[in-house]
Amino acid sequence: MTTTTAPPAASTPSGAADPGRPYRRSPLTWIREHLLAAITVVVFVFMLAPNAVILWMSFNQPIGKFDYDWNRFSLSAWKNPCATNEMCHSLGLSVEIGLIATLVSTALGTMIAFAMVRHRFKARSGINSLLFLPMAAPEVVMGATLTALFFNTIGPGSLGFWTITIAHIVFCLSYVVVTVKSRLAGMDPTLERAAQDLYATPLQTFMKVTLPLVAPGIGAAALLAFALSVDDYIITAFTAGNMETFPMYIWGSVQRAYPAQIDVIGSLMLICTMAIIALSQILGRARNARR
Amino acid sequence: MSSNDVLGRGTGGDLRLAGLTKRFGSFTAVDHLDLTIPQGSFFALLGASGCGKTTTLRMVSGLEAPSEGRIFLGDDDVTERKPHRRPVNTVFQNYALFPHLDVYENVAFGLRRRGIKDVKQQVADMLDLVELGHLARRRPSQLSGGQQQRIALARALINQPQVLLLDEPLGALDLKLRRQMQIELKRIQTEVGLTFVHVTHDQEEAMTMADTIAVMNSGRIEQMGSPADLYENPGTTFVANFLGQSNLIPGTVEGVRGDVVTVTAHGQRLTLPADRCRTDTGAVILGVRPEKVRLAPAGSALPPGVNALAGGVVSDASFIGVSTQYLVRLPSGEELAVFEQNTGCEIQRPGTEVVVHWDPSQSFGLDGSQDIEAGADLDEESAA
Ligand SMILES: Nc1ncnc2c1ncn2[C@@H]1O[C@H](COP(=O)(O)OP(=O)(O)O)[C@@H](O)[C@H]1O
Ligand SMILES: [Mg+2]
Repeated sequence: MTTTTAPPAASTPSGAADPGRPYRRSPLTWIREHLLAAITVVVFVFMLAPNAVILWMSFNQPIGKFDYDWNRFSLSAWKNPCATNEMCHSLGLSVEIGLIATLVSTALGTMIAFAMVRHRFKARSGINSLLFLPMAAPEVVMGATLTALFFNTIGPGSLGFWTITIAHIVFCLSYVVVTVKSRLAGMDPTLERAAQDLYATPLQTFMKVTLPLVAPGIGAAALLAFALSVDDYIITAFTAGNMETFPMYIWGSVQRAYPAQIDVIGSLMLICTMAIIALSQILGRARNARR
Repeated sequence: MSSNDVLGRGTGGDLRLAGLTKRFGSFTAVDHLDLTIPQGSFFALLGASGCGKTTTLRMVSGLEAPSEGRIFLGDDDVTERKPHRRPVNTVFQNYALFPHLDVYENVAFGLRRRGIKDVKQQVADMLDLVELGHLARRRPSQLSGGQQQRIALARALINQPQVLLLDEPLGALDLKLRRQMQIELKRIQTEVGLTFVHVTHDQEEAMTMADTIAVMNSGRIEQMGSPADLYENPGTTFVANFLGQSNLIPGTVEGVRGDVVTVTAHGQRLTLPADRCRTDTGAVILGVRPEKVRLAPAGSALPPGVNALAGGVVSDASFIGVSTQYLVRLPSGEELAVFEQNTGCEIQRPGTEVVVHWDPSQSFGLDGSQDIEAGADLDEESAA
């Protein structure tokens, strides 16, 4: 290591600190320079505090049925995450519905996004606004409407797993379309022309150029769809019949009991999400480093 | 077709466009193009922005279906053939390098799509040709504009297409790099011997690089020929103004005697060779390039047989070293541009009365019914 000698004071631009004398700045400057950092910290605390509380309370040994007040540290909830049979069953149901809804809505939504961006057809702008409707409509209205629809088509007795799944696909679809569409719209169409020009068949063009370039958008859309489906309460409650998904279980348990295991599941979800994000970043960095 | 390979690459031959037309709705972007581009030539399609150059290239590469007309490669009619089945490659206007692939994979893309497994040697050779072998593992976003341009070229050339289409390949580069790449491109074309169809709006670029230039205007070919041909003997006011600079003087044909056409303009008699005059009666536009025009002090003796316009006054003189550029105002109010080589002759001050004169064989005559200003403003626009 070589040390660089400081240039003579005369050549430093005015305002730069002179190492010989303590440099005084007005407190206003200090505030201005640190305001952004301070606000950032406050916002992060605001956003992350609930998560921290969940993690914290998951290690609680609650007195009674409600894990609301800190009693003492315990691992018992973590050792036995399925507090009741219903809880893990409802969680399994939510994940199952979430996976199916994600798969179907991502596949369908991606295709719709391609159609909307790549093809000019008559009803295009009309369909575009219709796609926004499920996002814009209040969930209660959507839920009530869907119940009415299912009642009048397949009958009241049929509410359950498939009606929840269909309802979830319906509202996830809009989000998938919007997410994939924005990625597609930002893609240079000459890239696909270039691929065709370089002897790629339409299928090869899609697999080698279009898909890799749109993949991040599709991935983001799938994650969003899964998150939306797993945590939906309102529409699910309308279409569930006598099924109980995880959000419904939690909502119900607030009235009966609130075991620490709910916080364990919440923490696990949080940890999984962060692990996925960290993994994707590590992979991305490794790929960059390889060049 | 028996001698053709998988791409239908024939034994070679010219690229021929016959009545090629493209309409977008009621707008005709390319209008009945008839062109033959000889195999192995460096052909430039020159025209202002929006005249239909890119559309023409897209039809040749198969990325756009023509509304009418046919495209032939040698004896093969390729009009209906899909782009990936044509032995034609393109260097796109914005390069269109694949951002998710590195330089090596970009260059290898065409070979891999044709099922060639061992691409290593070819890619290395091609990267050497464009002198970028050391950047093989970079992503396109990590390259400069000039480097991206050369990768785009390598990616197309590696396939040894029958025709290479270049869509304003140097348009995004700064002037110095552009001049350098012009020489480079010309070298590569000579080396590989493929047919290059080079689209540009820069007339200087077209002139320095191409064997043949087609000047395009509003979807039509105005004129086609060698650079010297187009410059010395433009066929329309558009070509005369778009390619370099021209003095265009409206006049009337007085008569044709033998191979000499006599014209009156501003009350003075001028002549030009009949084979350089595109009309033989009525209104004519007589043109002469500024560097062919000489100045003489008023009243001095002129060489016999020259075309002369008397009564001019120098309105502007700018000395730029190798030459002096004059503007001479004629009594009619018209201004002529005169470039005089710096061969030691005296510089005429503004206000001096002069006679402008030139060798009649250096004039050209155009149909007088055209817009005399056509193409003039476009040239300035693209030069800027
Ligand atoms: N897909 C299209 N739809 C409608 N008009 C188009 C389309 N592509 C090109 N044009 C029009 O055709 C004309 C020629 O375009 P282009 O071939 O790109 O010109 P150039 O490459 O010479 O600048 C332009 O006026 C352009 O607006
Ligand atoms: Mg263009």
